[in-house]
Amino acid sequence: MINLNELDELLFTIKKQFDYDFRDYSKASILRRINRFMTINNMKNAVDLKFELINNPSIFQNFINEIVVNVSEFFRDPSFFKSLQQKVFPYLESYPKINIWSAGCSFGEETYSLNILLKENNLYDKSRIYATDISSNAIEKSRKGIYDNANFKEYTKNYYDCGGKESLKNYFVSDEKHSMIQSELKKNILFSNHNLVTDSVFKECQLILCRNVLIYFNNNLQNKALELFYESLPVHGFLAIGKKESLRFSSVYENFKEIDREEKIYQKIK
Amino acid sequence: MKPELIIIGGSAGAFSTILSILNHLDKDINIPIVIVLHRLKNTTSSFEAILQKNTHYSVKEIEDKEKIQKSFIYTAPSDYHLLLEEDFCFSLDVSEMVNFSRPSIDVTFESFSTILKEKCCGILLSGSNHDGANGLKIMAENNGKTIIQDCNEAEFDIMPKAAKTICNKHQELNTTNIINTLNNEYR
Ligand SMILES: C[S@@+](CC[C@H](N)C(=O)[O-])C[C@H]1O[C@@H](n2cnc3c(N)ncnc32)[C@H](O)[C@@H]1O
Repeated sequence: MINLNELDELLFTIKKQFDYDFRDYSKASILRRINRFMTINNMKNAVDLKFELINNPSIFQNFINEIVVNVSEFFRDPSFFKSLQQKVFPYLESYPKINIWSAGCSFGEETYSLNILLKENNLYDKSRIYATDISSNAIEKSRKGIYDNANFKEYTKNYYDCGGKESLKNYFVSDEKHSMIQSELKKNILFSNHNLVTDSVFKECQLILCRNVLIYFNNNLQNKALELFYESLPVHGFLAIGKKESLRFSSVYENFKEIDREEKIYQKIK
Repeated sequence: MKPELIIIGGSAGAFSTILSILNHLDKDINIPIVIVLHRLKNTTSSFEAILQKNTHYSVKEIEDKEKIQKSFIYTAPSDYHLLLEEDFCFSLDVSEMVNFSRPSIDVTFESFSTILKEKCCGILLSGSNHDGANGLKIMAENNGKTIIQDCNEAEFDIMPKAAKTICNKHQELNTTNIINTLNNEYR
């Protein structure tokens, strides 16, 4: 197990050695994740961990995949997806082509949820989704789009709670254990690696979803990411962040208008 | 300076005890209080509104990276773990459940105790699982003040009993004595 002092030094070494910068992540969360990683891999102290990371480079990607938090679900916060359909989709209809950025897409649950709703609201044909994550494992899993059937009871409830009218399982092909998202719903999505800390704007997008990612950053890094989103949006473009996250502490706060205060949906106004 | 802080953790059967504690705190007490209660997710409950009716504090559900302030009671939002940063702001986290719970009382007790050491007081109330026991033990080891609800009084005694079983440093108090202790200690 490591403590907060050792953590700073470790993050410094990781930056120097691997050019991944976690120094502005939430210390409280990353400390828990690193200690969890060490327990799983039978490492006792900071020296063990550093030794392994430096001498066994293949472990590093695994380290990244494990210290980020990929926990997600289909239609997480149904009230958010309901509001998105009611308050944002009508605007999107007026665009001939819609680019959407799903940042921190985890294993694709959020991205596919969104795509299902685009389909049901007849926006699918003109939408293109760019789904990104720092974790290569997450991107790989997202591309596959295979999910455990055990969770579908909850997903189905979420889906109905946000106004879904079909049977959720119709969007999947299933065996006894797993369900795979229909290939039709993968066609308009491009999954790729993108690090919000170091990578830059890649496309103008009319809607950006970045939910439950900013909580892992300190104020400074949150601000940086929000500036990146600001630059990626045209005026009148929409930004949605996690339900308990906030724009209030950021430098771009004044440039956005609240579309739904509870659900944290914002529109760029200048 | 490190703020002083009280964290109350509880599950089934804890709500009325929390109300009663808040109701009877002296009006000049303003030490920040954090409440971690197991709750159902995706339900808009009137939890904060009810608390507000029973206290002279301002009650607020925590938002990520908010800074701790005096005279505030903070509630942990459902479906997030609650952590504390070195600069005394709250962090939320959606990582795996712990003890089938998110928020987990263990996670919050441990994280806060790591930062605040002897400056935090943990109170573990009624509940029907083991969440909180490990965290409270860590708090006691860091010289924080640790209190469990009297096992005879608690509506569900599994939670305080679990804490007692793994650590014998906690004070075991009924509601009246919890109130008296806080009023004496933090006035
Ligand atoms: C908790 S998940 C959120 C998933 C989904 N958006 C939701 O709300 O359910 C957080 C995701 O952010 C990703 N992430 C963390 N740091 C990142 C970074 N610097 N750049 C891009 N993605 C990052 C993680 O890999 C993880 O998949």
